[in-house]
Amino acid sequence: MLTIFLVIVSGMAVGYVARNIPATRYTGKIIGVLIALLLFSLGLSVGTNEQVIANFRFIGLDAFVIAAAATLGSVLCAAWVYRKFFRKKDKES
Amino acid sequence: MRDSLIYLLVFALGIVLALVGWIPELFIPDNMAKGILYLLLFFVGIQIGSSKHLFSVVKSLGFKIMLVPAATTIGTFAAVILASFLLPHRSLTDCLCVGSGFAYYSLSSILISEYRGAELGTVALLANIIREFFVLVFAPWMVKYFGKLAPICAGGATTMDTTLPIITKFSGSEYVMVALFHGIIIDFSVPLWVSFFLSL
Repeated sequence: MLTIFLVIVSGMAVGYVARNIPATRYTGKIIGVLIALLLFSLGLSVGTNEQVIANFRFIGLDAFVIAAAATLGSVLCAAWVYRKFFRKKDKES
Repeated sequence: MRDSLIYLLVFALGIVLALVGWIPELFIPDNMAKGILYLLLFFVGIQIGSSKHLFSVVKSLGFKIMLVPAATTIGTFAAVILASFLLPHRSLTDCLCVGSGFAYYSLSSILISEYRGAELGTVALLANIIREFFVLVFAPWMVKYFGKLAPICAGGATTMDTTLPIITKFSGSEYVMVALFHGIIIDFSVPLWVSFFLSL
């Protein structure tokens, strides 16, 4: 965890220092390529993993349950924060 | 949305190639995947650090804006803890790892599969794609019944890119800055939360 944190924070420091250098525009593209590369390799390890392939339906169901819960929970919290802190300001303005 | 499709296709292509039995030797070494992962995290950091929105938004909206990512995080974790009772075959920390992807499916699934294996990595990939999909499809309904912050909190880390247009459309342009700020904060927190729950 510490390594991950340090890698991101050092990236942020470099990004902040270099924020006016035009080359930083390409970070999004580089991230996209790296993600595609890693997702391809994740696909390969899923395809070679018989356990994952055999259970794909149940994996999908678990994913759906977690996604539905996460979405609903954050929507409910959002509704509370909106009513308590944001709606008033909208009406005044 | 176009990026999401490309990622899904690349992932599916990997599965198909592996099933057919054609696996490029290049992708086998584990330490290389970890190297690319750290490189990716470094660039994610650069993207956050060089973002010009972050500081100006905090100034214009003040501390209240911090409540939005806080609501996202607390709401997600509370609901995922409840949902983990429905999934007795998965540990609480595994569920929280998947939940803390906050719809940032690419990064969270890559991190999780690196440390917990391809099975949970696939759960994370699907769960967080489904979460983004929910926002893209149900955003108008969310705004109608739960207020203008609802699609922002539901969108998690995607509110700075893929779900920003739909949020702008249904929550209104005055919420663009809130969505951007929220997306940057959640984006940054994803690898930290995921690795925190992985370490438990």
